[in-house]
Amino acid sequence: MTVINRLSTRRRGDEDVVERIPDWMPRNAADWLAMAFMIAIGMLTIMPIVWVTSTSLRTPAESFTVPPEWLPEDLYFGNYLQVFDEIPFVYQMGNSFFVTLSTVFGQLTTATLAGYTFARLYFPGRDLLFWVVLATLMIPYQATLIPLFVIISKVFGLADTLWSLILPALPTAFGTFLLRQYFLQIPVEYEEAAMMDGANQFQIFRRVYLPMVAPGMAILAVLAFNGKWNDFLTPLIFMNTTSRFPITLGINDLQRYMMTGSISVVLAAIVMATLPVVIVYVFGQRYLIEGLMVGGLKG
Amino acid sequence: MASEATLGSGRRSWLPAWLAGDTVQGIRRQRMVLGVLFLLPTLIGLILFVLGPIVVAVGMGFMKWNVFRPPVFIGLKNFARLFQHDLVGNSFGNTFVMMAMTVGMLEVFAIALALSVHRFARSRLAYFFRTVWFLPVLLSGVSVAVTLSYMFHTDFGVVNYYLGVLGIDKVPWLVSSDVVRFSVSLATVWRNLGFTFIIYLGGVSALPQEILEAATVDGARGLKRLWLITLPLLSPTILFATVIDVIRLLQFFDEPYVMTRGGPGDSSRTAVMMVYDTAFANLEFGYASSISVVLFLIILAVTGFQFLLSKRWVFYQ
Repeated sequence: MTVINRLSTRRRGDEDVVERIPDWMPRNAADWLAMAFMIAIGMLTIMPIVWVTSTSLRTPAESFTVPPEWLPEDLYFGNYLQVFDEIPFVYQMGNSFFVTLSTVFGQLTTATLAGYTFARLYFPGRDLLFWVVLATLMIPYQATLIPLFVIISKVFGLADTLWSLILPALPTAFGTFLLRQYFLQIPVEYEEAAMMDGANQFQIFRRVYLPMVAPGMAILAVLAFNGKWNDFLTPLIFMNTTSRFPITLGINDLQRYMMTGSISVVLAAIVMATLPVVIVYVFGQRYLIEGLMVGGLKG
Repeated sequence: MASEATLGSGRRSWLPAWLAGDTVQGIRRQRMVLGVLFLLPTLIGLILFVLGPIVVAVGMGFMKWNVFRPPVFIGLKNFARLFQHDLVGNSFGNTFVMMAMTVGMLEVFAIALALSVHRFARSRLAYFFRTVWFLPVLLSGVSVAVTLSYMFHTDFGVVNYYLGVLGIDKVPWLVSSDVVRFSVSLATVWRNLGFTFIIYLGGVSALPQEILEAATVDGARGLKRLWLITLPLLSPTILFATVIDVIRLLQFFDEPYVMTRGGPGDSSRTAVMMVYDTAFANLEFGYASSISVVLFLIILAVTGFQFLLSKRWVFYQ
């Protein structure tokens, strides 16, 4: 039906020619309405992002001017330099990178291992444990935060260290569940063939299965990166020393320092802090969006 | 002949004899050992950092614990205090109001976007819009809150400037206790719309074309088709997305905390902010735990209620 809908007859010279209307072309009033709506929401989505970027490039004196200049005429990079004077930006970005990359790597490790077990390995009690893991998905993170803080500081003595942000994030029920689904999709025949060739069970996991779940790992990596890079509440509770803050706390501080000063400096910090996530997204977006769409379906 | 059936080439390896992969028993043992080893990191982690803490949280709810003195069991006193504490009731009320506004806007806009973009499915245009709408999801709640609080500034904000151009008076977005909950909800919608949209896009792409075609042939068009055919077919996705969004938004913290610190007055204080302040500003860990346990129970009840209600409106083929 979609194809037939996309065909139109047009008179060319003496004969009727059937042409295919391009996919992006509106065909009727409803299509035009949909298009207008999409453009409107697109503008509303883009405007704050453009405003942040352009204002971060304006001199402090001009930062409050209305009407806003959407494209600044002179590019002023002073705000970007001032960020480095106001907060220990390099340290804080470094902290964010260390915490985020450790978490991503750790989650990929724990989740592929556990996901593989729940999909392909068997031992007595495994299925019961799977339900326990799934049940932890229902526990709201906030309700566990206070005891978590006590455990991290009193039991492990890790309060105000970057490890306090990494360790609790390593086990992931969501990631385990996600990767289990990916492992389940791979036909068992591969495993049998590898066994005939004399591979042991670890080699089967490492050489046969692991490469085939790369798309699932990509989804988990992008989601974990995004979530950890943007995490605010956990470091707000766990961290005290400014030089050990991740950048989200840095921006929060910067906004308070700059209450009366130039907002351009804060916005410059936001632009710089967002770049890494955007870069990761550009590389992972194909997997991510398709993966999320399917996830929604199965939900 | 060996007593155990042999399998594979039986190549020598560094594994001990009882784990050798050349017998069926050996393979089974390999798989069990590997399974247990593979599961340990996740299991230990979840016990230490999720299951343990939630048990402790429930326990702490029955304690008086002000950090400096050892915890004392006080039974239900925390819970009794909580139900008479106006600020707690107020913060739960705010959370519900903002959750309802945010989820309402999110679902309507996300469904509309998914149905709109589906009309141009597989085109580069659809791909372009999909990418643009998803961008805010990448931003941290802090960045969004900081940015939008500048844009919502009553006198210098971009939003009021453009409303002024349209002849609308200045709206006190963040300084009026009547408007602030709506402003914070708008900011939250802005950041989360892309995520909810993607979930609906999955649902819309999977709509059974033959039913939609049959409906069109039978004369169902426009709003009638949307209301009687498309939305019922989409209802399982609607349930999934609303449940997820409601759970997330009953716990929200970043946007209101950074935009308003709960103000003006306490008009945008949320439940999680209440837990945070009680624990880390007042250092009443026991009381804070009791509030978070009540929040957990409320989330559980709301989710359960949604599923119960869904029997009346969700249509499974």
